[in-house]
Amino acid sequence: MNIIDEKVQALLEMLSLTSDNEADCGDCLQHLAEFAETTLAGKSIPESLRHIDEHLQRCGECREEFQALKFALGEHVTGE
Amino acid sequence: MNQCLQENWVFRLTTEGDAQAEALFELEDLLKRRLRRAFRSNAKVDDAFVDDVVQDSIVAILESITQFQGRSKFTTWATTIAIRIAITEMRRMRWKDTSLEQLLERSTEISKTIAVPQSSEIDFEKKQLVETMHRVIDEQLTEKQKLVLNAELQGMPQEEIGRRLGSNRNAIYKLVHDARKRLKKGMIDAGYTIDDLSFFQGAE
Ligand SMILES: [Zn+2]
Repeated sequence: MNIIDEKVQALLEMLSLTSDNEADCGDCLQHLAEFAETTLAGKSIPESLRHIDEHLQRCGECREEFQALKFALGEHVTGE
Repeated sequence: MNQCLQENWVFRLTTEGDAQAEALFELEDLLKRRLRRAFRSNAKVDDAFVDDVVQDSIVAILESITQFQGRSKFTTWATTIAIRIAITEMRRMRWKDTSLEQLLERSTEISKTIAVPQSSEIDFEKKQLVETMHRVIDEQLTEKQKLVLNAELQGMPQEEIGRRLGSNRNAIYKLVHDARKRLKKGMIDAGYTIDDLSFFQGAE
């Protein structure tokens, strides 16, 4: 697969994840702490946080921040 | 979650006095430790970088403290802000020498970025799909949407695209979201289904 094909694939992936109503990066930041605590506790994602999960699939920038947040919080978020 | 403990952070940070100074000190210390842990493997993240990020984070946290709704630990919420500030700064440094013009030098048009496959081996359906995308992009997207989508496909973060266009990350996200919706609708109107798009995505 050449580099050009990679861009086509990336755009198709973007399209298949596109929906009419999406959370933006601001919404994501607002709910990311709650989302991180839920996932780090091994709980299933409630309906109220579904839009954040979907945003993280779509948005590489927020995904990078979420990964760093998980490192920052360590394995568990008890205490502190 | 101990609601009292979370409210206590907010109370201490917003009430002038010794307790406030103490809370600020504790928060700074916590954010420093967490930032170091988050970026342990990044050689560019030194003590000076962490100190600067923590100072900016404290300002941002105090400015937006009324937005903390208690749905997480206060410290987790504060950490999300510090992480975003840190990564935003890293992106700024990484891209500081690249203008939009330089980025798009090779593929000035989005139709060049997602070029129609030239090889005769390539199957007809795939070629047709890319040609349809070109037509929909041309007919449905604004010039600004084409530019921003092209820059994003070439790897520039939305934050950095926004910086170069006198805009911000959220506005760029909305612009690209609208572009994606138009393109998706155009493809569906042209007879493609979501399943088709996913199928091509996985196809070599
Ligand atoms: Zn985002």
